[in-house]
Order: sequence, then structure tokens, then C-alpha cells
Amino acid sequence: MTKLTRRSTLAVIGGTLATPYVRPSWAQSGTVNVYNWADYIGETTLADFEAQTGIGVVYDTYSSAEEAQAKMLAGSTGYDVVDHAGIDMPRAIAAGIYEPLDKSMLPNWKNLDPEILRILSGWDEGNQYGVPYMWGSVGMTYNVDLVNERIPGADMTTLDLIFKPENAAKLADCGISILDSPADIMLMVLRYLGLDGDTTNLDDYQKVVEAFKPIRQYIRTFDNTNYLNAIPNGELCAVNNWSGDYATAAGRAAEAGIEMNLAYFVPKTGAPAWVDCMCITSDAPNRENAYKFMDFMMQAEAAAGCTNYTYYASGNLAAKEFILPEILEDPAVSPDAETIGRMWAPKPFSEEQERAMTRAWQDIKSG
Amino acid sequence: MSPSHHDTPLERWFHRRGWIRITIGTPYLWLIFFFLLPFIIVLAMSFATRTPTAPPFSFGGENPVLNFAHYQRLFSDDLYIRAYLTSVANAAFATFLCLLIGYPMALGLTRVSRSWRNVLLMLVILPFWTSFLLRVYAWMGLMGSNSWFNKLLTSIYNGIVPADWALRYIPMMNTNFAVILVTVYSYLPFMILPLYANLEKLDFSLNEAAMDLGSRPFRVFRDVTLPLSVPGIIAGSMLVFIPASGELIIPSLVGSSSRPMIGRVIADEFTSARSWPMASAVAIALLVLLVVPLMIYTYYDAKSYEKQREEA
Repeated sequence: MTKLTRRSTLAVIGGTLATPYVRPSWAQSGTVNVYNWADYIGETTLADFEAQTGIGVVYDTYSSAEEAQAKMLAGSTGYDVVDHAGIDMPRAIAAGIYEPLDKSMLPNWKNLDPEILRILSGWDEGNQYGVPYMWGSVGMTYNVDLVNERIPGADMTTLDLIFKPENAAKLADCGISILDSPADIMLMVLRYLGLDGDTTNLDDYQKVVEAFKPIRQYIRTFDNTNYLNAIPNGELCAVNNWSGDYATAAGRAAEAGIEMNLAYFVPKTGAPAWVDCMCITSDAPNRENAYKFMDFMMQAEAAAGCTNYTYYASGNLAAKEFILPEILEDPAVSPDAETIGRMWAPKPFSEEQERAMTRAWQDIKSG
Repeated sequence: MSPSHHDTPLERWFHRRGWIRITIGTPYLWLIFFFLLPFIIVLAMSFATRTPTAPPFSFGGENPVLNFAHYQRLFSDDLYIRAYLTSVANAAFATFLCLLIGYPMALGLTRVSRSWRNVLLMLVILPFWTSFLLRVYAWMGLMGSNSWFNKLLTSIYNGIVPADWALRYIPMMNTNFAVILVTVYSYLPFMILPLYANLEKLDFSLNEAAMDLGSRPFRVFRDVTLPLSVPGIIAGSMLVFIPASGELIIPSLVGSSSRPMIGRVIADEFTSARSWPMASAVAIALLVLLVVPLMIYTYYDAKSYEKQREEA
């Protein structure tokens, strides 16, 4: 062993401090760094990509859109490809964190669903920055048996089931959970109250706060992820969530051998639709590989593999022939034309709208 | 560190004072880099204005260079005051319970044989070997309304009370009770260990002397052991109270959203409201709330120590 001298100690300390500035060799060639929602890709997708291209994937996940956004806005993330919520695209584009796509490097662009591209273009004009990945709706998942036990013949297509205090009181003991995501739930409630979902009148948000007041005491929790385990355990019976989560929860219940009758509804008064898209960061260290990865994800088989595993609807039209028939037939995942008619793509929020919405949301949550 | 040949002037210069300075300087450098610098960044950020850029704040331009709006909001919006009060109340109550449970355990540790002591100390530290998050999830499983544990408690409760008080389950999850329970569970070792370190050093002959002079065991404890263990009580209470009042994970996972704690408010401001300046202002206020009493205590502690030395 080297003797512990001042010089060697200083060298070790200096070397350690300098480590973050030394780029690991894999950052220069042969890999792509991907940042995506947790549990949001096919089981073999990454391995298939590595086998096909020889490019290694450094895969990192997040569990809330806000978390991802905070990280992206802080900058210098080192990620190449990032999965981003469509509705947040205007802000991301304004902040310059993504680069406009060079579509000549994305021959599989032709596989995308024009209808989904049209929705996404409301947030990303001309589809310059994002490749639609998966999409869905905001709605309510009910544990049908628990709900019917308390309210026989309950009409699950209407939000009256939650927002009428007499109903909420009956469901309180089997558990009501609401998404902790004002942009999703508040828009849905605006429409339930007969107001414009894209309202710019900030007083309308106050009406949503008022609507929550009488039922606030019956809401058990505001949460975006824990319900995936709480539903299979029978801890919750009325859950406001995103379309694919219903299927994930049902799958976990089945895995645990629990029989459970779950159903997902987009309320008849309407609900916002969402589209997630893949983007390339403007400081991507592996730009070429990022394009290769994106193009691979747009291959029909790869896109279908993601949907078949996550039960979220694909933004890829060509993928349809490879998607499991039970997913195509599930109205929660692949809504019929009538349900799609009830969904709308919300307009991006202004700074004032967002501030008012956040504040109203804090009022609702803290009751 | 053998006495070596000092060849170059540089080496001689190194050898004369170098080691001492490096040894003393390293902790200070650490504090400057990992406490003072981040603190200054957060402090500066709290005076910035939220903008739709990356990073999402800026100084100057069309916005004021120093924006005091966030500090104004701290006082004008009761959300923050309520959250501070909830945090301080929860942390104080949890600290008190930790002390109540931890003190007898620490005292017990000093009174058992050496071989037992090591085993028991090991048991106190053992939970750290499992991820903190996993242990909170375990509590979530226990407290859930359909868990065997809750069902057991419910059937005991229903067996005792009259029939029309019967409950389907005991509401534990997503309550303030759950936050305090899990906080006490998680932070108990931080109370026991400093208390044990303090109590172990106490001279047992003082107790014997008190008993020889006719004190009953409780009076011995009250008049001898307890006053001597005050430094341990304070150290343990600080170690529990300070992190517990800024706690984020526990209230997020088991807490009630109608009684938010300050850690959650900071996280919400940072992520969903995307107002880094507001999050920074709340964090600075929390720091002031926690550090100022600590500094006052340290100041008086040092003063009384000097006074004692002078008297001696």
C-alpha cells in the first residue's frame, strides 16, 4: 500500500472532487439516456432495441409529471429522450428544453395516428417537438360491488355519485380517492358544473372549490400512485384516475388472486384527454442515438409491445394489428366514438390561470 | 507520516503547517460547499420571480431584482401559517412521545449486563438495516382499513363498546394520528442513542450516595439522574424534533391532506406550483424557525458553561 503522505492524500481528495467533471466513457458513444414514467414501457422493449441496434439504453424513471418537469427545468440532466405530458409542452417549448425534431431521421413517423397528432398539435403547433407515445382520459374507477352495496343501482356515468353529499357520505367508508393533479380533476369538475372546461374566468375556479366543500370530509386521500395498490387491497371504492391505471389495478388484483369487479367511466359531462409524447432534449449528449431510439419506438411492433404490457392506448395507428384483442375491446382503454366525443384536449394554461388553479387546489386539499 | 527528507522548498512548506490546516480545514470546506453555498442559492432564489424559463425563475429584467412578494405571501396566506403550526405541533408531540418511550429504554440499557447491553443496542439500531421507505409502507399495510391488524383492533373495539357504536374499521390511514405514530416509530432510535450515551457516563456512586442519605428510588431519579441527563434529553430532542418538523415522506404517505405539514407544502410549491422562489421562501422561513431557537440555546449553554468554569 502507498504510504499516506500529504501529497497522496491531496491527490485522492482532488481526484474525488473532480470526478463529476470527468465524463464516463459511455456518454460519448453507444448509449442513449431515456427518462420515462415508471411502469410505462413494454416488458422487452429496451432489450429489443439493444438487440436491434447495439445501442445501450440507460433507463431512468419518474413517478409524477411534476417531478419530471422540475428536473427538466433545472437543466443539464444528461437525458436524450424524455417522455413529457402533452399539456405541459407549451411551457417546455417556451423554456427551450427540447429541440425541434428532424423528421427526415424518423422514417416511422408515418405510423402515427393522425387523430392523436391533431390533438397533440393543440399543445405543440405543427407537431414540431413531440412524438405521441400513449394517450388516454381522466375518469373514475369504481369497485362496482362495494359501491352497489352502499348505493344500489348507482349511476356511475355521472359525477353526482361523488359530488352529491348524500352519495359521498355513503361511499366515504369504502374510500374515495382524488387525483392530486389540479389540471386533470379541476377541468373535469368545471364541466360537471356546466362551465367551460377551458374557462379563463378565474372566478370559475372558486366554484370548483365550493363544489368540493360539502364533500371534502368524505374524501380519504388525494393521490396519483398509491391507489394502484390500494384498489386491489379493497381500500378504495371510488377512485379518480387515468384510464390505463384502472387496468393496472385490475391486473394487480388478478395477480394476487383477488376477485374484483372494477369499472372505469369517463363522466358523461366530459373529461380532459391527455397525450404523452417523447421529446429530444436540446442538450442531448447522444443526439443520433436519440433519433434511433425514437424511430424504434414508432415501429408498429415496438409500440404494440408497450400497449400490450401497460394497457394504455397507443398513439401509433400501425400498431393496432399487433395489439391484443382484449385491449382493443376494453372501452376504458380504447374508448368508442361516443366516449371520445365526451373527451376534449384542454387549451394550455396561462401563468395567471395556473397560479389561480394551484391556489384553489391548495384550498380544496386542505379543506 | 514518517519524518521525510525535505528536498524542495514546496515540500518543506507543505510539511511545516500543511497537515494541521488540511485536517482542520476539511470540515469547514465541507460545510461551505454543502451547507453555506446551497443556503445562499436558496436564499437568493427566494427573492427571484417565477418565469416560464429553464430554470423557472429570474432576477431583474421586467421583474424586480429583489422580489419580496413571496415573504409577504408567507404571512398573508394562512395556508403557510397553518402548515408551520401543524409541523411544529406534530414534531413537538412526537418528540415528547419519543422521550417518554425512549428514556426508560435508554436508562434500562445502562442497567443491564454488558453482554445484554450489546444485544439490546443492536436491536435498537437493527431497523436501520431496512429501508426507511419500506418500513413506512409496512405501517401503511398495517393501518389500512382492510388489513388483518385493523380488523383485529376493530373486532376488539366492537367487542367492548355497545352495538350502536360499532365500526366497520378504525380510521387510521391518512390521519394526523398516523403521522405521529410513524414519526415516533421512525425517530425513536435518534432519541435513545444520545440519551444512552449520556446516561451511561453518569457516575452511579452519586445514586448510591443519595440512597445512603435516605432518598427513595423515585427521588433519586428526580433529583440526581434526571437533572444530570438534561444534555442528553436536549440532544435527543433536537435530533428528533428538527428532522420531524421538516418531514416530507411520512405526511405524504400516511398523512391527511387537510392538515398539510411544511415539508409537503415546500414540495408542492416546487413541483406542482412550479414556484421555486415560493418554495425557497418557505424553506428559509422553516430554517429560521428551527435554527434561531437552537442558536439561542447554544449561546446560553456556552455562557453557563463559562460561568461554571469561572466559579470553579
